[in-house]
Amino acid sequence: MNSAELVVTSSPHVRSEDSVPKIMWSVVIALLPAFFASVYFFSARAISIVLAGIAGAVISEYIFQKVRGKKITITDGSAVVTGLLLALTLPPTIPLWATFLGGVVAIVIGKQVFGGIGHNPFNPALIGRAFMVAAYPVLMTDWAVDGVSTATPLALMKSDGIATDTWRLFVGQIGGSLGETSALALLLGFSFLLYKGYVNWRIPLSMISTVFLMTFIFGQNPVFHIFAGGLMIGALYMATDMVSSPTTKLGRYIFGIGAGVIVVVIRLWGGYSEGVLFAILLMNAAVPLINRYTRPRSLGEVK
Amino acid sequence: MKALTFKQGIHPSYNKELTKDKPLKNAKRPEEVLIPIKQHIGAPLDLLVKKGDQVDLGQKIADSESFVCAPIHASVSGKVKEIRKVTDPGGNTVDAVVIEASAEEDEKLVSNLEKHQNLDNLSPDDIRKIVREAGIVGLGGAMFPSHVKLAVPEDKNVEYVILNGAECEPYLTVDHRVMVERPNAIVFGLKALMKAVNAEKGLIGIEDNKMEAVESMQDAVADETNIEVKLVETKYPQGGEKMLIEALLEREVPVGGLPLDIEVVVNNTSTAAAVADAIREGKPLIERSISITGRGIESPCNLIFRIGTKLADLVEQAGGLKENAAKVIAGGPMMGAAQKNLDVPAVKGTSGLLVMLADEVEDFDPDPCINCAKCVDHCPMYLMPTTLIKYAKNNMVEKLEEYQILNCIECGSCSYVCPSKIPLVHYLRLGKSQAMAKRREEK
Repeated sequence: MNSAELVVTSSPHVRSEDSVPKIMWSVVIALLPAFFASVYFFSARAISIVLAGIAGAVISEYIFQKVRGKKITITDGSAVVTGLLLALTLPPTIPLWATFLGGVVAIVIGKQVFGGIGHNPFNPALIGRAFMVAAYPVLMTDWAVDGVSTATPLALMKSDGIATDTWRLFVGQIGGSLGETSALALLLGFSFLLYKGYVNWRIPLSMISTVFLMTFIFGQNPVFHIFAGGLMIGALYMATDMVSSPTTKLGRYIFGIGAGVIVVVIRLWGGYSEGVLFAILLMNAAVPLINRYTRPRSLGEVK
Repeated sequence: MKALTFKQGIHPSYNKELTKDKPLKNAKRPEEVLIPIKQHIGAPLDLLVKKGDQVDLGQKIADSESFVCAPIHASVSGKVKEIRKVTDPGGNTVDAVVIEASAEEDEKLVSNLEKHQNLDNLSPDDIRKIVREAGIVGLGGAMFPSHVKLAVPEDKNVEYVILNGAECEPYLTVDHRVMVERPNAIVFGLKALMKAVNAEKGLIGIEDNKMEAVESMQDAVADETNIEVKLVETKYPQGGEKMLIEALLEREVPVGGLPLDIEVVVNNTSTAAAVADAIREGKPLIERSISITGRGIESPCNLIFRIGTKLADLVEQAGGLKENAAKVIAGGPMMGAAQKNLDVPAVKGTSGLLVMLADEVEDFDPDPCINCAKCVDHCPMYLMPTTLIKYAKNNMVEKLEEYQILNCIECGSCSYVCPSKIPLVHYLRLGKSQAMAKRREEK
């Protein structure tokens, strides 16, 4: 041992085991129960949709970074998360080419044009979905369970005032997007992320509570509203996207409450039967402002 | 007893088992010591010796008229070989007195300090004088002159003297050993400190991973009515002065202020033992304890060394470096300073020497920040490191001040938790220096 070889760096000299790839791949693992549930409820077609979404995201990230001469980051898992999340919000009848294209838009427009991971103001998967809703409105609202076309519980409620059985809502035996139908599977994966410390609970808690309270106040069935549609997958996995959500604890509550209010406003009085997508995107846009006004009081500071 | 604590913070691997059961033993007397003549925060000192002088153990070799300073004493008897520049463990270039040790038989302690077996005949002023003359500084690592902390302005009152026995830095076990082996000296020192600031109550805060120390200290204070041992949770940085006060008293040190502002004085447990040694034995601060530890050292141990002993000498007495040792840190892994070489003297604030193996020394290649806010969620000072470093990188000093950069204690929790491995503390230091530079300009 020659002391000339000693490594000199600034403190601290130990780091936690966490890393960006670890966090991203953990999110993938957390989404597996929802993925399996989608295969169970919507047959093997769910597998090809998910693969198409992931392929669109990963391949476009690779090509974008290759063309720009940047470091290729497809192994960090973040593009896989985007593609997987997007696919899980799509109807089971969606054509594979449209899914692939959605994945491409999510990564290129939602993430890479802003500078890649860490720089996107909006959740990339939601950008992909927003694009598809605008471009293929018919394809995006064709729901089917066991090959029989059906409306989603939210649409049934909105147009005909028909409520769906709560237990079926909770386990996911209903019409809807691939991964959003089973609240049970989504919560299972979320509890894994909570255990790992890779997700914050303030946003989903405040968002879901807000929807519950508001729908209750306006005379709706609050239990139905929190389990129906994309609220669970949106609140648990998209609103909590680290890059596009607030960095302060108070900010996360505000973000969640704001998103919850927008969801209810759209569901009860808006043109769409579902409002999670736009609720989160709108709150994403407010994040810099929220961070700005929710700086925590530093220890010993008199504000 | 319920363990108290502060909010946020982190739980790194503590690795105390390497040395926690190794009793303190005296290091071999070094043949040569390099004594930097500035081992405190404050004014520089004037040299009292010159090349060729014979000095005795305990003889004062540097001092100053300034209030905020701590004199330096010879840690061996011998001859002043030279005065030369050395690098101290903090990386600063400082003048040092190089003393060549004479034969050990000839060594005797000379000291201008009287010995007092109890505190009855000592006034608060006497105690402050002894602490100053003994050159005592904060032994937790900050090296702030202890007598300055004890000088309470007339308009201030001190309710509590807190002894910091948290020792939250991973690996380090010196305070632990001193609490286990010398509890009575610590209690005597605490009483002296309490008398010096006229405080009614004394508290000793110890993390709950050191139950042996807790029991030892509890036995030692069993007959004291106004001193209590308090259990604090094992969490980093529990030993930070502000965190310990928050945990024990739920009081906050004001930004830019001192514990004195909330009627508290905090000292390290080992500092209290040094105060006891100065009062009872007339012994100035010429030695201290150190944990020499880590997977990269052959035989981890706790030693009492003479101030100015070269790191190389200490490493040798712990069996030497292992072949694949890659990093030597003065202090602990969270706040310690990595050393370029081992010709550096261990000083009053050197509480540990940590040797890490090559496979423990990661080559961090930072990823972009993903806004996960783990740094915000764990900062014990409730700062926003991820936001602050953006301002620091762009030299936005007003924003840095608004976001309280100067409240950062550089504990390293943010860098520790960052999944992108961004060296946050490094940039926070940069930001602090920018804000300090602006303050100096304004003056």
